[in-house]
This record gives sequence, C-alpha cells and structure tokens, in this order.
Amino acid sequence: MSTPVSISTRLAGPVVRVVLGFAVLSLLSGAFEAPDLFSRGGISATLRFAAPILLAGLGALWAERSGVINLGLEGMMIAGTWFGAWAAIEWGIGPGLVAGIGAGVAFGLLLGLLTVTFGVDQAISGLSLGLLAAGLTRFLSSVTFAGVPGGSITTSPPVPDIATVSMPGAEALIGPAEAAGIPVLSDAAAVVLGLVTDVSLLTIGVVALVPATWYVLWRTRLGLRIRAVGEAPEAADSLGVRPWRYRYLALAVSGGLAGLGGFYLVTVASSLYREGQTAGRGFIGLATVIFGNWNPWSVTLGSLIFGFTDALRTRQEVTVGVLLAGLGLLFAWLALRRGLACDWRGGLLFGIPAIVMLVWFWVERIVPSELVSFAPHLTTLVVLALARQRLRPPAALGTPFDRG
Amino acid sequence: MARLRGAALLLAAPAAAAFLALVVAAAVLAAAGADPGTTLLDALAYGLRPETLVAVVNKAIPYYLAGIAAAVGFHLRLFNIGIDGQYRLAAFATAVVGAGVALPAPLHLALIAGVALVAGAAWAAIAGLLYVRRGVNVVISTIMLNAVATGLIAWLLSPERLGRLAPGSNNVTTATIAESGWIPAIPTPAGDLNGLVLLAALAGAGYGFVLNRTTIGFEARTMGFSERAATVAGIRGPRLAFLAMAASGAIAGLVGLPQLLGSSHRFGLDFPAGLAFTGLSVAILGRNHPVGVAVGAFVWAFLERSAQVLDLSGVSKEIVTILQAVIVLSIVVAYELVRRARTRQERRAVARAVEGTMA
Repeated sequence: MSTPVSISTRLAGPVVRVVLGFAVLSLLSGAFEAPDLFSRGGISATLRFAAPILLAGLGALWAERSGVINLGLEGMMIAGTWFGAWAAIEWGIGPGLVAGIGAGVAFGLLLGLLTVTFGVDQAISGLSLGLLAAGLTRFLSSVTFAGVPGGSITTSPPVPDIATVSMPGAEALIGPAEAAGIPVLSDAAAVVLGLVTDVSLLTIGVVALVPATWYVLWRTRLGLRIRAVGEAPEAADSLGVRPWRYRYLALAVSGGLAGLGGFYLVTVASSLYREGQTAGRGFIGLATVIFGNWNPWSVTLGSLIFGFTDALRTRQEVTVGVLLAGLGLLFAWLALRRGLACDWRGGLLFGIPAIVMLVWFWVERIVPSELVSFAPHLTTLVVLALARQRLRPPAALGTPFDRG
Repeated sequence: MARLRGAALLLAAPAAAAFLALVVAAAVLAAAGADPGTTLLDALAYGLRPETLVAVVNKAIPYYLAGIAAAVGFHLRLFNIGIDGQYRLAAFATAVVGAGVALPAPLHLALIAGVALVAGAAWAAIAGLLYVRRGVNVVISTIMLNAVATGLIAWLLSPERLGRLAPGSNNVTTATIAESGWIPAIPTPAGDLNGLVLLAALAGAGYGFVLNRTTIGFEARTMGFSERAATVAGIRGPRLAFLAMAASGAIAGLVGLPQLLGSSHRFGLDFPAGLAFTGLSVAILGRNHPVGVAVGAFVWAFLERSAQVLDLSGVSKEIVTILQAVIVLSIVVAYELVRRARTRQERRAVARAVEGTMA
C-alpha cells in the first residue's frame, strides 16, 4: 500500500461529503431566505463559542490522561469567569488573564488535594468543587459587583475588550466574492472571511494550545510520564515516576485551561461576567474528550461541532429551521442507506428523527429560540449516544492511587 | 470496645466538618468586618425561634426528597445531577394534567402523584437507557437533559401554548389546579407546616424499606460494596442501574409537589433551580441513610434560613453558600480519613488474631 495514494483516497471521501453538504445547505439557505447561515458573523460566532468548550476539553484531556476524571471543570471555569472578570475590571486585561488562569489552577490543586492526597471519590470531589465555586463567586459578587454602577449580585460591569486582528489582504482579495451574491461561492467566501478577519488575539492563543497540548503529552518525557500514570500508576511508581506528583501537575494544567476558558467567556464570547454563564460548558468539554477518544485533534473537532450548535442562539430562528431541514435530509439519507442494507432497526433509528425534523420544518419553518437554547446539550447527548464503540480511555481512569 | 471506638470515629467525621465550617464562617465574617461571635450567635438565636423552625422544616421537605433521589443513585455510584430537570418537568406535567381535570379529591391526588412519579421516572430513564445501552456517563447525560428540560418547559410555558399570563404581572404560569388537588397545611402554634411533610416521610420510609427489606435493595447494596462479587452472584448490573435511575427520577418527580400542592397550586418559572446539587450534598451528609438524609436536609435548610438575619448585621447572606460547600468538602474528606483509620484498625485486629492462633 503506497502511502501518498492511500492518504489522498482516504481524504477524498470526507472532502467530497463536506463540499456536498456545504453546497446543499448553502442552496437551502438561499431558497428559504435564511441570511445568516454562512454569514461572516455566524462563522466568527462559532469560533467564539467553540473556544471555551475547546479549553474545557483540553483541560479534561490533561486530567484524564493522568487518570483523574475532572468533574470539577465546570467549577474551575466558573472560578475563571469571576476572577478573570474582576481582575480585568480592576487592573486590565493582562492581570485578568493571570487571575482567571490562576483561579483555575488553584481549584485544580484543590481537586488534587481531594482526589490524590485524600483519595476521595473523584466524582464527588469534582462536583463539590462546582458547589464551592458557585458559592464563592456568588458571595464575592455580593461584596464587589453588587455595589458598583452597572453591576449586580449576578452580573459584573462591562469587562474591557481584547484586541482583534485580521489577516492582511484577505478583505481585499475575497471580499468582492462575498458581496457578489453568487449562490454557493459567496457563502464559501464568507466562511473564509469569518475565520480570518476580526479574530481575537486570545482566540489565536487558544488555537495554538491544541498542538502545544499534543506536543507536550505525546512528544516529551513529561507527557509520557503523565500518560504512564494514567495507564498504569503502579508500574510507573515502580520505575520511580511518582503518580501523585504528575496527577497534581496535570490537574493544575487542567484547571488553568478551564480557568482560561472562563476568562475567554467573559472577555471574547461576551463582555461581562454573569452568574451561570458557563452553562454546562465544562461538562460539554468533558464530553468532547470521551467522543474524541482522548486525543486533542478529535477534541478540537468535537468542540467545533458543539461550538457551532452553541452559536445557533445568536442566529435567526429561520436559519436554524434551515439547518434542521439539512440535518433531516442527512438523517433521511442515512436511514435510506440502512434500509437498503436491510438494517431495519438502524433505518428506523435514523428515519423517525428525519421525518420529525422534516415535518417540523415543513409546518413551522423556524426553530423557536427556547428550543435552540439547548441545541449544544442535545447534540452532546446524541453524539455520545452514537459515538463509535471502539473508544479506549486511559486504563487507570477514575482509580485512586494508594501509595500504601 | 472496638465497636464503641468505631461509633466514635463515625461521629468524628461530621463533628470535624462542623468545626471546620465554623472556623471558615468566623474567618469570612471577620474578613467582612463583622464580629464573628455575636453574628453567629444572632443567627443561631434567630434560627432556633419556633416560627423559623417551622419555616426550616417546610424548606427541608423538597431538599429531603431530592436527597433521597440522589441517595438511590449513590448506591450504584450513579450521580443523578438530573434531579433538577426531572423535578421541574414532572412538576410542570403534574400542574398541566392536574389543572386539566376535575375529579374527587382522592382520585385527583392519586392522579397527580402518579403523573409526578411517571414523568420524573421517564425523564431519568433516558439517562438510564443511555448509560446501560451506550455507556454514556450519567453525570454528563443528566446535565445535558437538565438543559433540554429547561428549554422545553420555557417553550411549552409560553402564553400561546400551555402558559397563562398572570393578570397584572409578567410571570407566566400554568393554569391553577382545582381545590380537590390541594394538600392542606398542618396548623401548629408557630405557623403552618406544609402537609407534604407526610409525603416526604413516606418516601423516606419506602426508600429504607426497599433498600433493607427487599431483594432488589439487597442487590443494590451488594453492587455498591463490590461490583465483582455482585456480578459473580448473578446480579444483573445493567438492569439494576436502569431501575435505580428510573427510581431516582420517580422520587425526584415528587420534589416539586410540596410547592405545587401545598402553596402555589400552579407551576411557574419561580420553581427553584439547583436542587440537584442540594440533593447530592444532603445525601452525602446523611450517608444515604433515610434518617441521616433527613438530618442533612434539615441542616441545609437551617443554614439557609438562619442566614437571613445576616443581612441585618451588614454581612451578605451569600456566605451560607460557601459554608455549605466547605461542609460538603470537609465531610467527604473526613469520611474518607475515617474509612482509612477503620481499615487500619481492622487490619491490626486481624493481625493480632492471626498472631494469637500462631502462638
């Protein structure tokens, strides 16, 4: 099997499917007058909503590779939102960044104290950290934000912005194609422009963390040790690699990433701190790791999918209706293929949702905003339920290491 | 002697947690500029007034039900964070069905209880099914289902669907349940006690009975002690996990009834969120024991209620949420340390016994 040929043939299928799907959706959005499906704003919103989930996902990856299920991610993110917003308002963006990450690291170390040092159940420890973060931030808001103009016990005053950059020349080169109004091509131009113009500096930093995570975990001695501790802590210990040390370290990094995710939420994804702002994103991040098979690249793909559905809330209800129709068509296609293969159960599994979605679209045309609000959560459920079964979590995941 | 020491160790954990919580409370109060001693005594005095105590018990009823719902899952290491969504969806369904029918009181109440149980169980069963058939982590799936339930309720509760706009306000609620579906309060000298305290007692007794006196309860406890031993003994884990999730959801479905049948008589968006974490905390505090969970629920409600007085002394009452978290964190650590101490003690005892036979 000659490698170059096999790679191009392997890539050909997915590329054709993506292009085809894009064209179908683009034509649908034109036909049903859904203006912001592939608008520049919609694409950059996807990026903004995917980044916090990506950070939570990378955080979960670090923790889980060392053998600890980090159910405290949500709490660490909450800590990141509050401390990030507070320090950014008091002293500016730089200190805010440090405070957001620092708060996450502190919570990560606390989780280490509970799970590694005391050997408390990992799920209970993580969930209690969520409780602590919610309580702490609520109390702190009541003594800080509640007393200043523009703030209240649940919201902060506006948080300063982070500078954005655009790829030089992109506007001049692709802008005309976007404005030309050619069916599929203009949408493609808008997607490219959404990805390369007015991108927050922080977003670029977040994207860089993906290869960085891969490099550290898979190409350095430190990463090898962290993964060894997650697979076989006794074996690692017998070779002189102390599991508790690497688990603490991994949890500190995990917390820092989640805290950064919180800071991102208050600065780039919105412009203030609001109670309940994390809205389960820590747990969605955890889900990206499971269905991403504990691998940073798949985690990135997963967070893009969830970020896309999360960003639907910023779009018009008619646009989401068109997307529903597109999804219905996809499911109908899958049902047809299962049916042709005489797999009747699979056919019904995809066919019934397909009929529901298409009928809904035919009758209602829109998806109301109340229902759009849980799109990322429903997507998480469906994706986890359909995820392929050949997943391989770290062998020692969830088991405390008893030093004896 | 060893037994006595064991009991002392068991009580040591809550005592240590309470002490740590007190220290943290005093520290936070001092940092906020209040005199810790007098403030805490004021709060205690306020909390122990008869009127406050009745209010505390009323507040503790849903906490207790949520705690029992969480405890059912805990036995199988299933963390049902979905109590929130299950209870609100059940309360919503109950309110809609309850307001839509006219029946004599016993039938009406039976129907209401049935709808609450079934709706809660059905919503939790989704997570149970996903866990058993597809291995989806229950924490993640139930949290996602909470968000779905919140959105569904918001959608269904709009005035053009099942909601009613209360005249003169912008609070949207369901229609009001007829009086045959109300549960009267129990009058006491210190105020009205919610009549559904009896339902909570019934649920707790039922939980204790199923757990300790039935085959399925025995299976659940066995599974909790050792999954391997249970599987070897022929206990079917997946079936048990599914049933536990459904049962947890059914009890969670009752959480909204004290408010629905005892005071508001209709469902609105003012039904509190976050009861899942309260339930989990209370179950942890009470070590999944029906009486222990009651104590936990009471402590939780007592803290929240007696904190009301803090605002008067210029301290934010939100301090209580930190206290609750500190209590949970310190109690899980304390229980774990006690468990280790006991294991060591047992090991020593066994070693001594073995030495005795050798000699």
